[in-house]
Amino acid sequence: MPFPADSVGLVVPQLITFNEPLTLTCGRSLDRFELMVETYGTLNANASNAVLICHALSGHHHAAGFHAAEDAKPGWWDAYIGPGKPIDTTKFFVVSLNNIGGCHGSTGPASINAATGEPWGADFPPLRVRDWVQVQARLADRFGIHQWAAVVGGSLGGMQAMRWSLQMPERVRHCVVVASAMKLSAQNIAFNETARQAILSDPDFCDGFYLKHNKIPAKGLSVARMIGHITYLSDDGMGQKFGRELRSGSFQHGIDEPVEFQIESYLRYQGTSFSKIFDANTYILMTKALDYFDLAREYKDDAAEAFKQAQADFLVISFTSDWRFAPARSREIVNALLKADKNVTYGEIDSPYGHDAFLVAKQPRYEQLFKAYMQRISV
Amino acid sequence: MRLDHAIIDRWIKPGARVLDLGCGDGTLLQQLALSKKIRGYGLEIDSANIQRCAEKGLNVIEHNIDEGLHNFEDKSFDTVIMSQTLQTMYYPDKILAEMLRVGRECVVTFPNFGHYKARLQLLFKGRMPVSEFLPYEWYNTPNIHFCTLNDFEVMCQQLNMTVLDRLVVTRNEKLPLSKLLPNLLGETGIYRVTRP
Repeated sequence: MPFPADSVGLVVPQLITFNEPLTLTCGRSLDRFELMVETYGTLNANASNAVLICHALSGHHHAAGFHAAEDAKPGWWDAYIGPGKPIDTTKFFVVSLNNIGGCHGSTGPASINAATGEPWGADFPPLRVRDWVQVQARLADRFGIHQWAAVVGGSLGGMQAMRWSLQMPERVRHCVVVASAMKLSAQNIAFNETARQAILSDPDFCDGFYLKHNKIPAKGLSVARMIGHITYLSDDGMGQKFGRELRSGSFQHGIDEPVEFQIESYLRYQGTSFSKIFDANTYILMTKALDYFDLAREYKDDAAEAFKQAQADFLVISFTSDWRFAPARSREIVNALLKADKNVTYGEIDSPYGHDAFLVAKQPRYEQLFKAYMQRISV
Repeated sequence: MRLDHAIIDRWIKPGARVLDLGCGDGTLLQQLALSKKIRGYGLEIDSANIQRCAEKGLNVIEHNIDEGLHNFEDKSFDTVIMSQTLQTMYYPDKILAEMLRVGRECVVTFPNFGHYKARLQLLFKGRMPVSEFLPYEWYNTPNIHFCTLNDFEVMCQQLNMTVLDRLVVTRNEKLPLSKLLPNLLGETGIYRVTRP
C-alpha cells in the first residue's frame, strides 16, 4: 500500500547512545543513557532548518509517518508533520525523540540499571522538564545542530519548548507552545494525584518493582488512563461522540443484563490498551514532572521576568473547549511575553475536542495558523 | 496608501512600541513596520484577519477588546491606535480610557456620522445612512456606537483628554473646505490624544 503523498512515509527509529554522565535536577546522575529518535526531512548545510518536537505525557518519538506498510495508524502528530503540512518536511529537518524516563525505547524506569542488572523500577531518578531540555540539547549536539529553527510542543511538550527558551535562549529561534501552561493548577495536580493513587493502589504495583516480580499493575494504570482521558475531552465533545448510547443491554432489562454505555466501554478499552503498552512508573514520573513544572518560580514568580531571558519568537495556541489547559492559561503566557517585549502570535481555536484538540487532524484554522507561522521562519 | 494611514504614519515615532486595537488584516502595522521600524502588536478578534496578520509575519493576538486591556501595563506603549473600530465597541468611553492608560499617546480614527451625506440620507430618505464606507443595514451592522466629530470632541472634554492633533479626511483626498466645516464635510475623523 503506497503512503499518502503528504506523509513522510516509512520511517525507521534509531537508538542513540550517550556515554557522558548526565547530572539531573534531583542531584543524581545517569552514567549513560539511550534515546529513541526519529527524524524527518533533511538537515541543510548550515544546520539552520532543524525543528525539535517535544512530546506530551504519553507521547513518544514516533510523531509522523509509518513504521510498516501495514500500520493502521501513522505517528501521533502526523496531521501536522509532513510535506506541505504545518511542519513542512520539505523545508525543515524534524527531530522527534522519546524523552528519558519514557517507555518507548529511551532510558527509563523499565530499562536495566547497570548497577544492579535489574530494571530500575521505582529507583529511576525523578525528572524535571529542564532535564529533558538538557538531554535534547545533547541530542542537538550529536546532530550538529547549534540552534533550533523551532522547538515545538503541545501540553507537557509546550512546557519543554518554553523551558528551552529560558534555559538555552541562544539555541532557539522560535518557540511553538500549544495547549500548554506555565504551571499546573491545583485541579490539574489533583487529577494527576488521583491517577497516581490508582496505580499505587494496584496490588501488582509492588512498590514500583513489578517487573522484577514479573507483574504489571495493569488495573491501576488502566484507571489512571481513564481519569486522564476524561480530562482530555470536553463535556460537549464526549456528549457528541458517545451521548447516552448503550453498547449492550437495555434500559428495560437493566437487572438481567449488564447495561453498558458507549462511554464506559470506550474508556475501558482506552485504559486496557494503554496499560499494555505504557509503563506505570513512567506515568508516575511524567505526571510528577508536570506537577512540579513552574516556569516563573525562580524568577520570583514573575513570568515576564522569566521570559526576558528568552530570545525566541513565540506562537501560542489554545483551544476553546480545553479545560485541562484552558485558554486562560495560554493567555497568561501571552501576557507575560508581551510584558517581556517578545514577539508573539496568539490564536484561540474554536474546537470541541478539549485538551486532545492539539493532536486532532482536520481542524482548518489550527492548521492554517500553525502553517502560516512555520512558513515565516527563515532557514 | 490610505490617507488616514498616511496621516497616522506621520505621527508615529521611529522605533516606537505600538499597539493596534482591532488591527484588521494588519495593513497599517505592516506599513508602520516598514516606514518606522516599529515594535508593533495587533489585537484582533476575527479569525480570518488574524490569519492574514500571521501570514504577514506580524505579532497578532486574539483578543476581545470589549473585555478591556487589563492584560497591558500602564504606559507600556508609545502609541495605541484604534482605526475605524471605536464605533464597534460596547463602551467606547471605557476603551478610550483604557487606551489612554496603556499608551503615552493614542490615535483614534472613526467615521464621522455628521458627514453631509449621512445627514441627507436621514433628512430626505428618512432612513439610516448606508454608504460605501458603512455598507451595513441598521440591523446587521457591527457599528453600534456612531458619533459625529462634535460628539467626539465633547467626549474628549468629559474624559479629560488633551487633543494633540485633529484632522478630517474625505475618501482619498483632503477637501479644503473640510477645514472650515469638518463636521459636515469630513468622512473620517483622525485624532491624536493623550491624558496627563
